[in-house]
Amino acid sequence: MNARMPYIGILVVGALMCLLPLVLSTYYLHIAILVLIWAFLACAWNILGGYAGQHSLGNGLYMGIGAYTVAYLTNRFDLTPWLGLLVAIVLSAAAAAFIGWIVFRYALKGAYFALVTIALAEAAVYVVSNIPALGGAGGIQLEYRGNSLAYMQFAGKNGYFFMGVIMLVFILLLTQWYRGKRFFYQLIAVRENEDAAEALGVDTVKAKIKANVMSGVLCAVGGVFYVQYFLYVGPRSVFGEIVSVQILIYAIVGGLGTTWGPVVGAVLLVPLSEIARAQLGNSFQGAHLLLYGAVMVLTMLFMPFGIVGAFQRLRQRWQHRSATPLVDSQGGEAS
Amino acid sequence: MDLNFSGAVISQAIASGIMLGGLFALISIGLTLIWGVMKIINFAQGEFLMVGLYLAYFLVAWGHIDPYITILVTVPFMFFFGIGIFRVTISPILKDPVMNQIMLTLGVSLILQNLALVIFSADVMSVRTRYSTWNFDIGPVVISVPQLIALFGSVICTVAVWYYLKTTDSGRAIRASAQNPTAATLMGIDVPRTYLLAFGLGSATLGLAGSLMIPFYYTSPTVGLFLGLIMFIVVVLGGMGNLMGCFVGGLVIGLAETVGAAVFPGSLARVFTFAIFIIFLLFRPQGILSRRQT
Repeated sequence: MNARMPYIGILVVGALMCLLPLVLSTYYLHIAILVLIWAFLACAWNILGGYAGQHSLGNGLYMGIGAYTVAYLTNRFDLTPWLGLLVAIVLSAAAAAFIGWIVFRYALKGAYFALVTIALAEAAVYVVSNIPALGGAGGIQLEYRGNSLAYMQFAGKNGYFFMGVIMLVFILLLTQWYRGKRFFYQLIAVRENEDAAEALGVDTVKAKIKANVMSGVLCAVGGVFYVQYFLYVGPRSVFGEIVSVQILIYAIVGGLGTTWGPVVGAVLLVPLSEIARAQLGNSFQGAHLLLYGAVMVLTMLFMPFGIVGAFQRLRQRWQHRSATPLVDSQGGEAS
Repeated sequence: MDLNFSGAVISQAIASGIMLGGLFALISIGLTLIWGVMKIINFAQGEFLMVGLYLAYFLVAWGHIDPYITILVTVPFMFFFGIGIFRVTISPILKDPVMNQIMLTLGVSLILQNLALVIFSADVMSVRTRYSTWNFDIGPVVISVPQLIALFGSVICTVAVWYYLKTTDSGRAIRASAQNPTAATLMGIDVPRTYLLAFGLGSATLGLAGSLMIPFYYTSPTVGLFLGLIMFIVVVLGGMGNLMGCFVGGLVIGLAETVGAAVFPGSLARVFTFAIFIIFLLFRPQGILSRRQT
């Protein structure tokens, strides 16, 4: 296997995705854009949650920082979202570094870490709801400007779709590249056995803070895309618990700590939930979240490593089995 | 920001806070038992309470049963409901990493919450009972009788669970299984059965809470979202598995909510509840009353 193969695979899939607007109707293109947004956010969550094993239940916080920063700057100062994006990156990095520093310095992990992240995102709901400049509980509505690259807006769906594809390809390439780097090995070491990682000289606190910043900044970027697409952001639509839970469901169902897992999860679940919402939304409100809950429970019961994880395990077992006679005949030295 | 510091408002807020605190303590007993004693983190605990509230609501509104008599139905129902959920979902992955259990119970909470949404719609339901408007005055302070009853219920439930864990054989078995499952097994304790019992018990307290709350509270599919978070806050404040701490934690958060709401405008007061929670998680994760474990 060539080391370049995974990268080529990502680019090929990206290129194939670009053909989708030719065959999809506007409605299905809308669903495809939602898939791209959620897949991107789930990939961002996966860096901290999947590779470093720190399950954040409040990544909506960073998504919200991104969305609110851009919405506020565009509305108040007429600043182009492209510059707003930079501000959002700086702000979310600062927030993620600060929160990461406090939380990991005090060695909060597992359930405690999850609880702190929920509390932070919930607190953000109430803080933002009480800031009139941010639109209070009503949120911020962005002005529709038609086709305007300067304002990161497109008249049709195609522009957003291609932007989403570029973002997803970017985050997949980034994750794939980092997989071979020392940093991600440190994260995996933290996940598997933090004490052992510490004993081997890994600065676990620093590694986790770095992962938090990376994950947070990318979530903020996802939030910027979200607000540009929907032209609206409200406290519950980004900081709400359901948002953070949705992000992690895609990653967990797809496969934690794998490059493609979050994408597979989003590709399977987002269209399903959108169709459930469209078909049953009137009579059965909440049907799509019911579905998510069931998928989550079934995944944990029967496939705790997710779809991609289960596939990888199967492949490993198969490779191991085909290698067994070789080991037998040479009497050892299995790798 | 207009801050409000009138004496009458503050004293009313303190009285209401104590009663709300009792309520918070009552709903948190189950979690401190399940999480603290059994080390199982149930993120669906808030939704269990929602089930208890709906059950109490329908018994009172449709069955015209006195809310305090419904305890006879809600408590056993929630006991077996908890056991059923435990058997089907949590028990098979008891040996899996803690995070998997959390994600699983999170899934259970999504299912329950949205099942309620599908069945009962998003309407907020409340029922007027003859107790609902009962209240009496102490000087400028108005005390609501059903809330006072809930406070008493909370005290009684706390003492009862404590007494049960302390003195009875099955209570000792629960504590022994929590401390050292292997040793408990060797002493002839059926550990899986004990887990089941503790989980059922933790769920049953929410049946009691549902019955005691329904005369003055409401129910809706999302009622467990906020109250579930409150449970975690109270349990962390009190120290996991510490029943007295749970009661004190409930009072602290109850007071923070009502006094905060009296002083600060809008919903900003709630931020302080979360601030207290985060500060405790960081600096005193063992809770108010517990000593630091070595």
